[in-house]
Amino acid sequence: MHALLFWIFAAVAIVASLLVVGQRNPMHSVLLLIGSFGALSGLYVLLGAPFVAAIQIIIYAGAIMVLFLFVVMLLNAASEDPVTGYHARLIGGAGPRRLGAVLSLGLAIELFWALRNLQTAPLASGDQQPPATAVYDIGLRLFQNYAFAFEATSVLILVAMVGAIILARRERA
Amino acid sequence: MLYLIPLLPLAGFVVNATFGRRLSKTVSAAVAVGAMALSFGWSAAAVWRLLHLEPVGGVRSISEVVYSWIVSGRLNIPFELRLDPLAAVMILVITGIGTLIHLYSTAYMHEETDGEYARYFSYLNLFAAFMLVLVLGASFPVMFIGWEGVGLCSYLLIGFWFTKPSAADAGKKAFVVNRIGDFGFVLGMAAIFATFHTLNFQEVAAKVALLPKEETFGLLTGITLLLFLGATGKSAQLPLYVWLPDAMEGPTPVSALIHAATMVTAGVYMIGRNAVLFGHAPHTLDVVAVIGCVTALMAGTIGLVQNDIKRVLAYSTVSQLGYMFLAMGVGAFAGGIFHLYTHAFFKALLFLGSGAVIHALHGEQDLRHMGGLRKDLPITYWTFLIGTLAIAGVPLLSGFFSKDEILWQTYVSGHTILWGVAVLTAFLTATYMFRLLYLAFFGERREAPGHGPQAQASHQATSDHGHGMAGGHGSHLHDAPPAMAIVLVLLAIGSVVAGYVGVPNVIVPGGNRIEAFLEPSFEAPGGVAERVAAAAEQPPEAHNASTEMSLMLVSTFAAFAGIGVATYFFRSKPQAADAVAAQFGGVHRLLLGKYYVDELYDATIVQPIKRISTMALWRGVDAGVIDGTVNAVGLVVRGWSAVLRRAQTGSIRAYAMWFFAGVVFIVGYYVIWR
Amino acid sequence: MSWVPEPTLNSYLILSAVLFAIGTAGVFLRRNLITILLSIEVMLNAVNLTFVAVDRYLGSVDGQIIVFFVMTVAAAEAATGLAIVIALFRHKESLNPDAFTSLRW
Repeated sequence: MHALLFWIFAAVAIVASLLVVGQRNPMHSVLLLIGSFGALSGLYVLLGAPFVAAIQIIIYAGAIMVLFLFVVMLLNAASEDPVTGYHARLIGGAGPRRLGAVLSLGLAIELFWALRNLQTAPLASGDQQPPATAVYDIGLRLFQNYAFAFEATSVLILVAMVGAIILARRERA
Repeated sequence: MLYLIPLLPLAGFVVNATFGRRLSKTVSAAVAVGAMALSFGWSAAAVWRLLHLEPVGGVRSISEVVYSWIVSGRLNIPFELRLDPLAAVMILVITGIGTLIHLYSTAYMHEETDGEYARYFSYLNLFAAFMLVLVLGASFPVMFIGWEGVGLCSYLLIGFWFTKPSAADAGKKAFVVNRIGDFGFVLGMAAIFATFHTLNFQEVAAKVALLPKEETFGLLTGITLLLFLGATGKSAQLPLYVWLPDAMEGPTPVSALIHAATMVTAGVYMIGRNAVLFGHAPHTLDVVAVIGCVTALMAGTIGLVQNDIKRVLAYSTVSQLGYMFLAMGVGAFAGGIFHLYTHAFFKALLFLGSGAVIHALHGEQDLRHMGGLRKDLPITYWTFLIGTLAIAGVPLLSGFFSKDEILWQTYVSGHTILWGVAVLTAFLTATYMFRLLYLAFFGERREAPGHGPQAQASHQATSDHGHGMAGGHGSHLHDAPPAMAIVLVLLAIGSVVAGYVGVPNVIVPGGNRIEAFLEPSFEAPGGVAERVAAAAEQPPEAHNASTEMSLMLVSTFAAFAGIGVATYFFRSKPQAADAVAAQFGGVHRLLLGKYYVDELYDATIVQPIKRISTMALWRGVDAGVIDGTVNAVGLVVRGWSAVLRRAQTGSIRAYAMWFFAGVVFIVGYYVIWR
Repeated sequence: MSWVPEPTLNSYLILSAVLFAIGTAGVFLRRNLITILLSIEVMLNAVNLTFVAVDRYLGSVDGQIIVFFVMTVAAAEAATGLAIVIALFRHKESLNPDAFTSLRW
């Protein structure tokens, strides 16, 4: 059962990501990405990480994607801009696009190559660890060992907030 | 407390240099003269103390380490001062005559502005400080500080009126020529350190005394020749004497102090200080004697025809210095110093007297425009006469005793030819000095053409009185003002009596007190006698007496002969002089042109150096190589940057691509290769 | 349903590799700034998946904590990035990355 769910979720994630990258309308991209996040969240549950699954939905799909949606609608970026014909050389213009795509493929191949020899045992499914204890462990770790990172992250968020406000402020005429 | 002796003038320098412009002339003068007078007092006290010391190893001395200067590995050079008989004579001369000249300057320089006045006195004090360091130094480096310092002050004072091009040039010439000599001195110093591993005079002398005398050209001869090169530069001997006549561009008191009594004697002093070292290199001493003698003769001949009163005295100084070197060269170290001491008196007197003349004539220095000053400037005339008699070697005056001592030592050490030349030079000395006296003070006044108020301006170019003229004074000449007159009288008295400390033993047994006093300074520590030549070979005293007396008669005769010739040509029948000059026109021109030595140096040394510097060094090396290299570096950077900056396309996608390419590469490295 | 192969750690890792590659391809291929940012989110998610999978394999909890932080940072970065996009859009009325090339030689 869990295996099947894995394959389903995996397929959904991949297809959704491909479509996010592939299709034209940014609005659709956002929505598809939300779908992808949902699949991933399922995968997290299968991996026995309910906490991560939960915050994935809440933060990623719930907050960040909504933000994206707002911006897309604000900017009325309904469609893709046409090619603008800038210097179509290797170091600029269309060159980076194609070369970049090729590089991505290259990276994928490399990673496969790295993984080909790695034969591991099947992972146990998620119901072996009670969800409550998992969250409890995370919390303990977070506030004991990683307390400083936690506080620093809060400062980071504050900085990002201030930065975003200033960057997006409408300039006084 | 020896260090106070140079420190007091140094303090005077500091005061006048920093506050001079704000001080009145009286205060500046008081500071400067006071510093010198105090230094003289302190020197006298120190010498008094020295005289009452018990000799240690045959030598009386007071040593003092002022502070530890250089301590580096094996090299330990403390700033040490040492007072011994030789230094005692020197400091008394420097501070004593120095104080008098400072006093004289207060009146002579009075027409300068306050600032210039103070500047003059600051330089003069600084010079005195350096000179005192030079003679009190107990080691070569300390002496060298003084050596260089007096060279610097000489430059500053010769070029005191630096707005006049000839004065500025003369200052530069003095400094550059000095430098060539200093080069020899430094090399000599380095060689001494390399050989003896010490630079202290006493230690070097002790080590040298253990060595045998060099019969051939060896290390010691080389070292001493290098040191002597320095001496020729500082003391204006062949070949580096050319700066001294030009140095007359400076104020007359400067000529008196620096270029007569003190700085130019530094070379003589240096040889005396290193008597043991030089004593062990007989060939060098021969060179010294010959150069001294030849220089004396050459300068004497030039002085015979010069028309500028200060030039005559300048060449006379060169000539008398030649005598001193001759003395050092034949081993009569004490004799040379004795002549240094008496010469300081009468040469300073002569220069200051000429200064009084120039001052009275408002800047006229040409002998052909003087005459008949005997009536108008009595004090100047009488003191000048005494100085002239002294330098001519007339008996009973100081110059007679010292010059005679040198002639005697030269003869008795076997250098008969040199003795003959020296006697000839004595004759010439008397001649040209009395020519000077007659032309300036006797006869009728020969005014310069158009010597009225409008011609005063043209005198500015020829005189050493660089200040503005006060307008025509007509025939009303005033003698020296009190400050100057007192000094002239005191120096005249000195010129007469100073020689009595050195009465030859043959006349008054034990009368040559100065030589007895100085003797220990020329010996190596431990009392090893170092008198070259005459000491061992001296025949018994009785035979000496008659020889010495007869030689004395010869030199006296030479002196009077010179006076006689001068009287004939320049007093009785002046036109005879012109006739002789016309008849021996070529010789006359040669002498007047100073043997064209300056022109020779210019053509063979100066011009080629200038050309090489301009063509090769300036255009070739500096502009071409160095600038070229620097510019080339800049061009290379520019070229590369022109190529490399094309990577800044502004396209973020391109940047991202490059990032990513790097990532792929790194991942690939780890995945595929390891 | 045993015909379905069990997912091993490998499977998760391959999955995340694929997602990551898709994300980078998206960064390069899209001509819309917002979509580029979305692709970056895809990449981040792939990495999160890796962390959690390995975490499960190793039996520790640290990976999830890292994921926690990654998400936080991703949020901050998305906010800032979008603010910049808005500012750029106001300037040039275009969302094409190639339109903003004034910082060049």
